[in-house]
Amino acid sequence: MCRSMSVSMSVRCPLDTKGSAVAGLAKRLSLIFKAKASKAIDRAEDPRETLDYSYEKQLELLQKVRRGVADVATSRKRLELQMTGLQQQSDKLQNQAQKAIGAGREDLAREALTRRSGLQAQMGDLQAQHAQLDQEEQKLITASQRLSSKVESFRTRKETIKATYTAAEAQTKIGEAFSGISEEMSDVGLAMQRAEDKTATLQARSGAIDELLASGALEDASSSGRGDDIQRELDALGSSSDVELELAKLKGELPAGAPAKQIEAPPAGAEAAQPQQSTQQSPQQPTQQPGEAQP
Amino acid sequence: MIVRILGEGQLSVPDVEMTGLNELDDALGEAVESGDETRFRSALAALLGRVRQVGAALPDDALKPSELVLPGPESDLDDVRDLLGEEGLIPG
Repeated sequence: MCRSMSVSMSVRCPLDTKGSAVAGLAKRLSLIFKAKASKAIDRAEDPRETLDYSYEKQLELLQKVRRGVADVATSRKRLELQMTGLQQQSDKLQNQAQKAIGAGREDLAREALTRRSGLQAQMGDLQAQHAQLDQEEQKLITASQRLSSKVESFRTRKETIKATYTAAEAQTKIGEAFSGISEEMSDVGLAMQRAEDKTATLQARSGAIDELLASGALEDASSSGRGDDIQRELDALGSSSDVELELAKLKGELPAGAPAKQIEAPPAGAEAAQPQQSTQQSPQQPTQQPGEAQP
Repeated sequence: MIVRILGEGQLSVPDVEMTGLNELDDALGEAVESGDETRFRSALAALLGRVRQVGAALPDDALKPSELVLPGPESDLDDVRDLLGEEGLIPG
């Protein structure tokens, strides 16, 4: 009945006692974890030493998990800072779009909104990653609390066994507790690996976003990267309208009846008078070209 | 009977549920053999759902091995192959 599918699946063979074609996955996994634990016990000369060694390993793992929680929290906070940064950029583009519309520049407003939607997509991505990290963090916190309880429970059991039983007796007494804590450690170890993998991937990506934010290139995510050209155009629009305002103000301040017309519109031909004058002044040099330097 | 959901902890399940869970577990094993991701995910969801429905969380300080060890709800076939492939891949 032991139908071998592959070397890696060989653990299921002893399970195939009920005649089913394929042993359940959960049963196979349980046996793998148990096999791992019993190997560790069998290796030791005196099982009581195994208890101390395992306890040390448990404490190490507990420390590692607590550091893991801190690492994930750091990554999560970094993501939050980046999300704030992107939100500020996005708000700025929104303001720019409003100003551009106010100035009658629909093209600029469109450009700003296009870039803003690019940022919004990035932010959506970051939000999803943030939710993932948050979940990992919670899982690790729960795992570390559970492991902590089990480690304490194991310590008590270990002391009792060491004080009460001979080496030979201890072997049978520690079996279940040892398998139990070993299984927990394997589970927590897997959770740690997963969390480390996730934070490593995120750190690489958030590093890239940090660089983008720092270089200001995100402001031009959909453009040629010439700096904040929308703002430049808006500033130009702003300053020219300021000039108009100042002009209007100055005109308003002029006393009634003053020769405003001369300021507003110089007499026709006034501009042409200058070149006329210069040709009159230098009739002796008719051949001089405009580009040539004066002697 | 004690069942572990990887990443979530252990649950104590009444022995009368054993037959039903073993059937769901066999279906999960077959899904893994078939290599069909969709089939695997639905078989896993069915088993996890049943365990959660009938099981009660074991106290944190309990030190007992599990008779069934289930992959977590987000696992895919690659994760399972890693778990089955080499004992060395399981840390601790």
